[in-house]
Amino acid sequence: MIYLELFLGFLKVGFFSFGGGYAAISLIRDVVMDYGWIDEEMLAYMIAVSESTPGPIMVNLATYVGSQQAGFLGALIATTAVIMPSFFIILIIMALLKSLLKNKYVQAVLGGLKPCIIGIVLATGIFMLFGTLLGSIGAIKVNVQAIIIAGILVASMVGYQYAAKKKLSPIILIVISAVAGIVVYGV
Amino acid sequence: MNILLDLFLTFAKIGLFTFGGGYAMISIIENHCVERKKWISHDEMSNMLVVAESTPGPIAVNCATYTGYKMAGFMGALIATLGMAVPSFVVIFLISMFLDNFLEITIIANAFKGIKVGVGILILNAGINMVKKMSKKKKAVIIMICSCVAMLAINIFAWNFSAISMMLIAAAVSLILFIISGGAKQKGGEEE
Repeated sequence: MIYLELFLGFLKVGFFSFGGGYAAISLIRDVVMDYGWIDEEMLAYMIAVSESTPGPIMVNLATYVGSQQAGFLGALIATTAVIMPSFFIILIIMALLKSLLKNKYVQAVLGGLKPCIIGIVLATGIFMLFGTLLGSIGAIKVNVQAIIIAGILVASMVGYQYAAKKKLSPIILIVISAVAGIVVYGV
Repeated sequence: MNILLDLFLTFAKIGLFTFGGGYAMISIIENHCVERKKWISHDEMSNMLVVAESTPGPIAVNCATYTGYKMAGFMGALIATLGMAVPSFVVIFLISMFLDNFLEITIIANAFKGIKVGVGILILNAGINMVKKMSKKKKAVIIMICSCVAMLAINIFAWNFSAISMMLIAAAVSLILFIISGGAKQKGGEEE
């Protein structure tokens, strides 16, 4: 039965996808191919759409595959299944967290994890931004439009900070970047 | 405003404007949950990221569940998670029903090229802010720099090494240093 298959398939994805959306993509590919729901080409297209629409990539993909396979109910079931494991795991951790945080060994582990995550976020930001602006190391290609957009965005952030003495909201920054994309790439 | 409604609307807004995966969302969550609503502190935010990164599932969902539970228990967790998922669900569902060639629409493709630049800046900005606020102890700074350099190398050379394995190494190194330094005999953690 397709509903049960969707539920079990995406439950598995939700359960084993550590480290965010990009890590989950290969897991989703395995599950989707195992069940033979859609072909490789369609999946590649769905991944591209999931990356270009708002929200967590995993949720987007679950909704997309579910809806393609079994309409609204399929989308609902797949999305619920992909979210459920993290939801309950976090609830359990929250219940234990207060006492865990008092433990000095847990503190020592956190003392390594926190700076590590900061390093990972920093590296991801640098890599993504340079990738968009200058292409990859093997194939450097200066992307003039992207550099213009980056200039507009940085100027907006600095200008707003200077004029309003407040940080520009990240949401506004995303809106500006979309408009800048339409204008700069459109002309 | 009712806290449940507030949680729902705030996380729906975060869900609607998060492009390009979990890290891009850090800036938006920080802006809303830490700076504006003061639901969680900076320190809780970094604890939350550790929990989100080391547990399965979308980081955004983990963060919504965490904040929702903290503010209003089980119902809060449920409502915040729902709020986070609803915008993606609606957008994707409409696309899958009505738009077969979504990515070929020029205006959308162009907007997304712009958003990609914005997302890069947001993630870099989130990283820089976290560095500014992190503990300046030698050990933490060294782990941060090593992780950053290693992750850059992994990305650039497309090595098959996941962020989660790197986190395991960082946790192990930190724990071993703690035990060697005799910290186990002292009261409280080294981070105090």
